[in-house]
Amino acid sequence: MLSRLPQGALKNAARNVNASRSAVRARFASTTSGSSSAFQTFLNSRAALASATLATVGSVAWYAHLYGSLPFFPEVHANSPAEEGLHPPQYPWSHKGLLDSFDHASIRRGYQVYREVCAACHSLDRIAWRNLVGVSHTADEVKVMAEEVEYEDGPNDQGEMFQRPGKLSDYMPPPYPNEEAARSSNGGALPPDLSLIVKARHGGPDYIFALLTGYTEPPAGFEIRDGMNYNAYFPGNAISMARVLFDGLVEYEDGTSATTSQMAKDVVTFLNWAAEPEHDERKKAGLKAVILFSALTAISLYVKRYKWSYIKSRKIRKCCLVD
Amino acid sequence: MSIANTFYNVFVKRNSVYVTTIFAGAFAFGVGFDLGVTSFWDRWNQGKQWKDIRHKYVEAESD
Repeated sequence: MLSRLPQGALKNAARNVNASRSAVRARFASTTSGSSSAFQTFLNSRAALASATLATVGSVAWYAHLYGSLPFFPEVHANSPAEEGLHPPQYPWSHKGLLDSFDHASIRRGYQVYREVCAACHSLDRIAWRNLVGVSHTADEVKVMAEEVEYEDGPNDQGEMFQRPGKLSDYMPPPYPNEEAARSSNGGALPPDLSLIVKARHGGPDYIFALLTGYTEPPAGFEIRDGMNYNAYFPGNAISMARVLFDGLVEYEDGTSATTSQMAKDVVTFLNWAAEPEHDERKKAGLKAVILFSALTAISLYVKRYKWSYIKSRKIRKCCLVD
Repeated sequence: MSIANTFYNVFVKRNSVYVTTIFAGAFAFGVGFDLGVTSFWDRWNQGKQWKDIRHKYVEAESD
């Protein structure tokens, strides 16, 4: 290491030591002054001040982020945390893991729940009949289901619109012709379209499940208007949609018992599929990408070490320093 | 003759053979890798995918 210093450096250092006064020599004789003065210098440095400030601000901010209030400043609220909507618990969805596909039997049951219960008020206008083929139903089944719905088509060669049975390429029929009709039928509240609802709500499937199963009586003192319902998971707690899922509401064709939570789980799985139809392929492609990219990373690390091994292990002979 | 030399003489010496080997190898690796990942995926998600439950409904159609 010393050989890399400029040639005069050692000489200059020696000259400085010789030129220093005896007081300095006395300090060198002390056993502790050297290290403690270095520590003192560090304590007085700007870096120490900056890092201490950063640590303080960071830990306070982290605490505030975790617990929603500043440490050592107790707060009293007149409202309950439920009034802004409780955070939903995390449920063990069958598709939750990094490598887990959707449970397609559950999607099929969830479609049945959507069709028999939710579709009375909620549209699903980004899903076409053909999207169900190969996901939850066979093509023949979906054709039969689509033909039961009348769609307006046209114009024909007389220039008139006509009704025809649905085809695979038709989209799911909306319950109301337009938003105004939907609002007037639901006390002014618009039932949202469910195509992307799982992506569109904080908490995703957990929130929808908690909302569907979370209807309770309002707590004492909570005023709720006519036509509204109390739900602790809904922001504001007063939701226009009443509880719709009750035990035994639908009859599953595969014999699963239709409890409230089973129906909620199935319909949320179905809606999650509707929001993310690419889900299964995405996770599979992700698995492939992780395997390939980690192999490539390992190869490139090995090649780097291989190429650098010559440079890292060479020795430099100090043959030619003058003086 | 060592394996490396044999490898060189068989695959690398002629550029036409070399390029063909690379392309065929990439194709074979792609197919094999896909097969491997798919078989793992199907085992991991056994009974959940559409192809696992499809037979129930296709038979019901033919009845």
